[in-house]
Amino acid sequence: MTDLPPFLLFYAAAIGAAILPHKARGLSMLLVPTAGAIAVLQLPDGLSVQLTLMSITLEPLRVDQLSRLFGILFHIGAFIGIVFSLHSKDRSQHVAALLYAGSALGAVFAGDLLTLFLFWEMLALTSVFLIFARRTERAYGAGIRYLVIQVISGVLLLAGALMIYHQSGSLSFGHIGLNGAASVLIFIAFGIKCAFPLLHNWLTDAYPEATPTGTVFLSAFTTKVAVYALARSFAGTEILVYIGATMTCFPIFYAVIENDLRRVLAYSMINQIGFMVVGIGLGTALAMNGAIAHAFNDVIFKGLLMMSMGAVLHMTGRMNGSDLGGLYKSMPITTTLCIVGAASISAFPLFSGFVSKSMVMVAVLEEGHPVVWLMLLFASAGVFHHAGIKIPFFAFFAHDSGIRTTEPPLNMLVAMGIAAILCVAIGVYPWVLYDLLPFEMKYSPFDGSHIIAQIQLLVFSAAAFAWLKVANIYPPELHSTNIDIEWLYRRLAPKWIRSIVETMKPAQESLSQVRQKAGKGMMRWILHHYGPEGTLARAWPTGSMVLWVAILLGASLILYYA
Amino acid sequence: MTERQHIFDHKKNIKRVLRALIVLCVVSFAVDFVYHRHVVHPFEALWGFYAIYGFFACVILVLLAKEMRKWLMRSEDYYERDD
Repeated sequence: MTDLPPFLLFYAAAIGAAILPHKARGLSMLLVPTAGAIAVLQLPDGLSVQLTLMSITLEPLRVDQLSRLFGILFHIGAFIGIVFSLHSKDRSQHVAALLYAGSALGAVFAGDLLTLFLFWEMLALTSVFLIFARRTERAYGAGIRYLVIQVISGVLLLAGALMIYHQSGSLSFGHIGLNGAASVLIFIAFGIKCAFPLLHNWLTDAYPEATPTGTVFLSAFTTKVAVYALARSFAGTEILVYIGATMTCFPIFYAVIENDLRRVLAYSMINQIGFMVVGIGLGTALAMNGAIAHAFNDVIFKGLLMMSMGAVLHMTGRMNGSDLGGLYKSMPITTTLCIVGAASISAFPLFSGFVSKSMVMVAVLEEGHPVVWLMLLFASAGVFHHAGIKIPFFAFFAHDSGIRTTEPPLNMLVAMGIAAILCVAIGVYPWVLYDLLPFEMKYSPFDGSHIIAQIQLLVFSAAAFAWLKVANIYPPELHSTNIDIEWLYRRLAPKWIRSIVETMKPAQESLSQVRQKAGKGMMRWILHHYGPEGTLARAWPTGSMVLWVAILLGASLILYYA
Repeated sequence: MTERQHIFDHKKNIKRVLRALIVLCVVSFAVDFVYHRHVVHPFEALWGFYAIYGFFACVILVLLAKEMRKWLMRSEDYYERDD
């Protein structure tokens, strides 16, 4: 029983959710991640289940500390997401969410690249329904773009995997490192899902268009599977340090001027993944543990922030900073829980982000990257600014928008409560998480110097926000779209294609004229020969036929004897 | 029916928050003169390094982002319009 891959339980539950009535469905959906988590905790280290398919050895279940930690994390993420969506009557979303969570588990327990590819594509195919389920035209467009980009990532992964199989005869999903074309293809495939700079726009395009509950699932799985895959295959690849540092910095500028608060969180998500990517790029025990712990914490605190915004969207139908404000009056519990998430992502001491982020930062300095360190420090101040302050401030405080609502349904509050408790628990007692980390290291989480430094950074960032706001320098929230790299494929490419079609029009017309003329000419020629008056239609005398046959026979006779 | 007054409907409560923030700034900055932080890099050893860096990072972030709006901001339905 214990050596069944964990995804099977979720896939089976998805079939159940497709049939069961509302209440039974909710109950079974709560049982699945609970039972699954217990089963995963009992999987022995080093367990490997293999099967041979047409002479290719596949490994649908590989258990080690890294895969088990992500396995536990995804069960927690799925449980919180399911509790948050219990009130929903939308069966299709529940089925999609279970299949999606199962696919994430399939991917992290995959021991070979082909199994990984399979779940890599399943992640895309199942999660897109959480975007479509919003049932708006915008969501439909964003979903299609999301799907296309995710499928491209899968195709690159498959191509890279097949090339590696061709070269080495093995499909093993282990350390790859950047060497040769096959590894570059896989690196880009992982990079797309990980939202590397320039490959990131699918995330900020699609996540804010999904349903209030859908975004909570989306933020938990896809990018974290990619972080896991990078940690598995590209640990210690130096270029990741610079890619990660860029990821921490550029999105925060967009986050400051973005109006849609869930899109602000999507940009901030890229910023947080940046810290993980830097850690993986360094590849030391401390950096890797920091990256993995930060991925763990991010699922919970980003989930909490997404849930609090989902609750606001669910209750008010609005998500723009410019339309919200003053909600602390009618949603005090949601406000408090959101602030817990904000404190965690900002890495306040005693909240979950603090220790994991400090580990990456210390590792960056120890490995001699002072410029990268300054970038990460800038991003740390920035994340507090846009996710820690901006999100709660514009949704719940700022000017009173006049919206009067109530707290969201109980299940939403419970889900946020669980996430908030985990944020504080891991923050206060980090050893629960740190004892599970895969690498041996010595690190004291509550070092006086780090705590003071972090408090100074945060307090003065808050002071900067307050000063800019009071002095009216802070940019107001405006209804707007900010151009990002997606402009290339949403605006420029369609424009080019249209203009190419336009310029081709005269050429096409003249081409069709030529075709018409040629057609007429050919018809005339055919009529000339075969028409009623044509040469070949004339009645020929039999005598001339006999004469020609005689000549041909004579000629062949001569040739035969010559 | 008049609505119940909430905590930040009173201007003086906002002032209190701001004053508390100033006090926190002063105290956390002052700690640097009392407590010797151990450091990995010489930058960190500077007095008030984190405080000053944090403040200016945020101001620069916001000013640059404001500047970016001039280049990047379009109407909300930018991608929906076909022109």
